[in-house]
Amino acid sequence: MKLFNEPSPLETKIISFRFGLENSASIDTYLAHDGYKALRKALEISPDDIINELKASNLRGRGGAGFPTGMKWSFVPRASEKPKYIVVNADESEPGTCKDRLLIQHDPHQLIEGCLIGALAVGAKKGWIYIRGEYNYLIHIMDKAIAEAYKNGYLGKNICGTDFEFDLYTHTGAGAYECGEESALLESLEGKRGVPRIRPPFPAISGAFQSPTLLNNVETFSSVPAILRMGGQAYADLGVPRSGGTRLVCMSGHVNKPGVYEVPLGFPLMKFVNEIGGGVWKGRALKAIIPGGSSSPLLKAEECDIPMDYDSIAKAGSMLGSGGLMVMDETTDMVKVALRIMRFYQHESCGWCIPCREGTTWLKKMLQRVSDGHGQTRDIDLIGDLAQNMMGRTFCPLGDAAAMPTIAIVKKYRNEFEEYVARNPFASPELVSIA
Amino acid sequence: MTFSPELEAKFADLVTHYPEGRQRAALIPMLMFGQEEVGSITPEFMEEVAKRLGLNTMQVDEVVGYYSMLHKKGMGKYHVQVCTNVACMLRGGAELYDHACHKLGLGHKEVSADGVISLEEVECMGACSWAPAIQVNYDFHHEVTTEQLDTILEGLKK
Repeated sequence: MKLFNEPSPLETKIISFRFGLENSASIDTYLAHDGYKALRKALEISPDDIINELKASNLRGRGGAGFPTGMKWSFVPRASEKPKYIVVNADESEPGTCKDRLLIQHDPHQLIEGCLIGALAVGAKKGWIYIRGEYNYLIHIMDKAIAEAYKNGYLGKNICGTDFEFDLYTHTGAGAYECGEESALLESLEGKRGVPRIRPPFPAISGAFQSPTLLNNVETFSSVPAILRMGGQAYADLGVPRSGGTRLVCMSGHVNKPGVYEVPLGFPLMKFVNEIGGGVWKGRALKAIIPGGSSSPLLKAEECDIPMDYDSIAKAGSMLGSGGLMVMDETTDMVKVALRIMRFYQHESCGWCIPCREGTTWLKKMLQRVSDGHGQTRDIDLIGDLAQNMMGRTFCPLGDAAAMPTIAIVKKYRNEFEEYVARNPFASPELVSIA
Repeated sequence: MTFSPELEAKFADLVTHYPEGRQRAALIPMLMFGQEEVGSITPEFMEEVAKRLGLNTMQVDEVVGYYSMLHKKGMGKYHVQVCTNVACMLRGGAELYDHACHKLGLGHKEVSADGVISLEEVECMGACSWAPAIQVNYDFHHEVTTEQLDTILEGLKK
């Protein structure tokens, strides 16, 4: 299938090297390019050895939280009498993120192989790929790949002539950002409203159908075959300490060459924007970057001279998150950005817990008021305070995801909010903040 | 309520994907695939799905109410969805949506009088690097200009 953007010579292609090959989604192309070699290797070693390779690789979850994958896999109780399940989170909906879509579109067998290795590691016999409803065409691509894998003996019973068996299915979502949160995804998989579950127990202990479940993002599972092929240490060495390997970064916004590019963890952020992305468009100056999807606090231009790995971005006060990197030029109106982000979270809040449901609703109303030119100075303080009060007080991370970017924008671009208020003829500067 | 043989086969297959006694898991896929044929989530359709999965209609209704792609009100034959979320907004998604509103004379989730076209302002659809993006039913269109949008919309009216 045609590529959506030209690859860059600066990329390190480990999980995207089959993108752009003729019929890259077919099993023939996959087998001709190292396909299912990692599975054969995994069949020869013990589950503990698989998990140790993953631990050595320093692979961290690519969905957003960045939890060490090897550790997550080791939490699944293999000795449990309950069936064990594999669930793939392909509910990619964090604004700014469009990488899992390409991984399924161009290389569905890589994901299947990742699931099979996961199944070997935890003793699972069944798995589901939860694909967001909007990605309907990917369900067809994935179903076709799954059918090919069954036909060629890579799914079903007696996989590769051994007694290993595994069944894999696709499962469609129906439009809900919240279902990207792992426990809400499991509720949705079971045919219910996508409302998060209280944790612990974590999915590794009690996940899909109350059984131990290995749940990872598409990119995380898709990275596993390469790790087994090249060895955990070699994969880790591609990145930096504590952030191993490569990841797909989705560059969007005001750049000349937006697109999805695979780079090693620790790749310099500004080099990524300027050399891979061709710099800020229209010859304008950089204003800010959202480094990891809309829930990650934005970084001002002067804060962007950092490497892209989990720890460096965290040190700068943001998150590498889902790899959704949005670039904003000097003309960007930060009040409008804050409002649009909050409109999204307000729409997507599942309504289950009050700090999130009410918090996002009131934040949206206040941001709308400022944006419409009816804001007061105390609104600016109240927006910051309310967002701060949501932090850590919601049932799932959606509340934090809404609060974090808001706090950062109000703090870093307070002057723009004040300019909006100053344009309000009815603003009452003498009123003191009620907060 | 009867469905086409293809959809019946799909439903029969779906329920085998989940562990024994957990057939409720097939609910959302059944609603999504069924909606394509039925046109919308009608009360009869909900009742039928509830009956087949051993649920009561209320349990189906509360699920339908949660998900933004399940529509109780029928949308147009061509459902035009314009993303205005941040990545698309930065590259003109909001203007594109305004343009579509004026061009079609429709607002958010409104359907044209002849039932051919409906419009919806949607949240991030996963096309951020190729923004602004729209979806017509399930088909993606990337880096859409207002001129291209006009061409796409003209094409739908024929």
